[in-house]
Amino acid sequence: METMAIGRAINAGLRAAMDRDPRVLLMGEDIGALGGVFRVTDGLQKDFGEDRVIDTPLAEAGIVGTAIGMALRGYRPVCEIQFNGFVYPAFNQITTQLAKLRARSRGRLSVPVVLRIPSGGGIGSVEHHSESPEVLFAHTAGLRVVAPSTPHDAYWMVQQAIASADPVLFLEPERRYWQKGEVDTDLGPGQVTPLHKARVLRPGTDATLVAYGPTTKLALDAAAAAAQDGTELEVVDLRSISPLDVDTVAESVRRTGRLVTVSEAPTFHGPMAELAARIQESCFYSLEAPVKRVGGWHLPYPAARVEEHYLPSVDRVLDAVEQTLAA
Amino acid sequence: MTDTAAGPVRAHEGGPVRAHEQHPAPRRQEMVQLLDEHGVRHRHPEHDLDLTPAELLGLYRDMVLMRRFDSEAEALQRKGQLGLWAGSRGQEASQIGAGRAARRQDQLFPSYRDHGALLSRGVDPLHILSIFRGIDHGGWDPVEMGVHPYTLVIAAQMLPAVGYGMGVQRDGAVGTGDPDRDTAVIAFFGDGATSQGEAAEALNWAAVFNAPVVFFCQNNQWAISEPVSRQSPVPLHRRAEGAGMPGVLVDGNDVLAVLAVVRSALDRARAGGGPTFVESYTFRMGAHTTSDDPTRYRLAAEVDAWREKDPIDRLRTHLTAEGVLDEEFASQLAADSETLAERLRAGVSAMVDPDPVSMFEHAYAEPHPQVLAERDEFLAAWEQQDADSHAAAHGGTR
Repeated sequence: METMAIGRAINAGLRAAMDRDPRVLLMGEDIGALGGVFRVTDGLQKDFGEDRVIDTPLAEAGIVGTAIGMALRGYRPVCEIQFNGFVYPAFNQITTQLAKLRARSRGRLSVPVVLRIPSGGGIGSVEHHSESPEVLFAHTAGLRVVAPSTPHDAYWMVQQAIASADPVLFLEPERRYWQKGEVDTDLGPGQVTPLHKARVLRPGTDATLVAYGPTTKLALDAAAAAAQDGTELEVVDLRSISPLDVDTVAESVRRTGRLVTVSEAPTFHGPMAELAARIQESCFYSLEAPVKRVGGWHLPYPAARVEEHYLPSVDRVLDAVEQTLAA
Repeated sequence: MTDTAAGPVRAHEGGPVRAHEQHPAPRRQEMVQLLDEHGVRHRHPEHDLDLTPAELLGLYRDMVLMRRFDSEAEALQRKGQLGLWAGSRGQEASQIGAGRAARRQDQLFPSYRDHGALLSRGVDPLHILSIFRGIDHGGWDPVEMGVHPYTLVIAAQMLPAVGYGMGVQRDGAVGTGDPDRDTAVIAFFGDGATSQGEAAEALNWAAVFNAPVVFFCQNNQWAISEPVSRQSPVPLHRRAEGAGMPGVLVDGNDVLAVLAVVRSALDRARAGGGPTFVESYTFRMGAHTTSDDPTRYRLAAEVDAWREKDPIDRLRTHLTAEGVLDEEFASQLAADSETLAERLRAGVSAMVDPDPVSMFEHAYAEPHPQVLAERDEFLAAWEQQDADSHAAAHGGTR
């Protein structure tokens, strides 16, 4: 068991994957000598060389498009998109090529590309550095979208994403890169939680809180605060936006009767809207109150000085819990 | 217009408003040409080639069969057998020349009109027609045939082509001197595609990484109704200079010139010399697709002028004059063309629609619970529908 931060855990996961499989290579802007703007690829170019840790031109469509071609040649490229809002220039390659080549070729072509994207805000940065674009890609069939929230998951999920035969968007919780936790690097096959399985992080009886990526810690903080007032909240970390492990959430909701979702992504047409709809379908008679969603507003991400009013907070989560308990 | 001798007749008074906007046609000496529109063979100091009579006849045969394929496909569309057809008439020399320049191990990344390149690789023409029939998105095996699926989004295949080339580099399959190992990539695209940002990225990227890619641009003058002058203020091959690679302008209606130019560009790429941009100057004789009406945007005179430069006619003239093409070969080829057309007609009418549930099969390599659930939902509804229609039929006879 080792203690490391999420950013460091991803670095260690990448290193393990590259050690294991010479076809794994990294591509992105500033990922070589600099080690990436968040230093997630720190030291990897030094150890694996410029042919496996490729500093690319500043062109996101180029990064994703050429990664597709390398995957077609048998490589397993892991692309770093520098900031979440920079993924849009690659949108065409992701949605029309990466997501669809398998279906278009009736399964004859495989494009096992991983896109690592810092996700969400809270770092006080300028525009296009703090967005949560996951729903755009979750809505695109052919892609998998996952979001670790702990160092342990970050270490293992990045390796699972690389091993997947499908293209995977790996959303890194930007403001949690420095959050430390224990990582068990010695697990064998079958001991690691499957990539697309949600996990109950804290058991509770009064209501279920569901979150993923950067808001998972927020949900845990809210549950800890609620416990001081005698309210026991169950916290589920989704870990994957596509596919969604609805069963794990439904099981929890059947026990607690109440659901509050927490995401940084805007609630309007957001990933939690899908979850709420599915829980309504499968748990209608278990629900004691309407599902409440806490998330970003339907706005362009605001300037840093007001982002705390955009992002979900413990208070907003507890308000939603209060409403759902009162219903 | 200063150069009517080498170029199409344009600038008609009272013609469509856009005709005058076209670029001046290149002079003959500005582009590589080995066979002029009169079928006269010219030598070129840099790009030349010597072919055996059998090889020449092979190119001729390919082009004739490609044209017959195209005309039959158009007829099948008119008869309602295909939903759409993107014709290739006029571009036979470009596509056969480029396709024949490739070696078995080279990888082609076509656009949606590059039927000739596919035929030259041995792709079953019925697989091409199955796309336009609506059966699938291309039935050939991209790995086995060395041909990527058709890409309908303009220029989107160019970056994957470059990435594939970078993979080739990492495999050490460049510059070994082994003709069976050294590998290159051809990215096919049109004049319209050069306007896309991804095209610019692909050129730049390939040059930065010295990737073994030949960018084969068929400038057929029209992107649906937009003339090439609306895509670029400069001749397209000059984009190469800014990207940092050689740019070659070739007569796209001259199969010998296209073969020579693309072959040497591929040789250069395979040897580790990096990418080349080839502009194949040609013309789409028909409509963009069977849904298009080119009389709305281009002059009959422009089409007529290009008819004089027909790629098949000029090679026939040359081969006949040289005594290479005799009556026996010509009549056998005519018979083979009809056999092909018959095979296409029979093959298309024998195509069966895919099993609807197959649409759920290949979205993901690994099981995806939401897709599996929707598949079950679909199957249940389908079976119910079946049961209902059986019941209705039964009720009707009662």
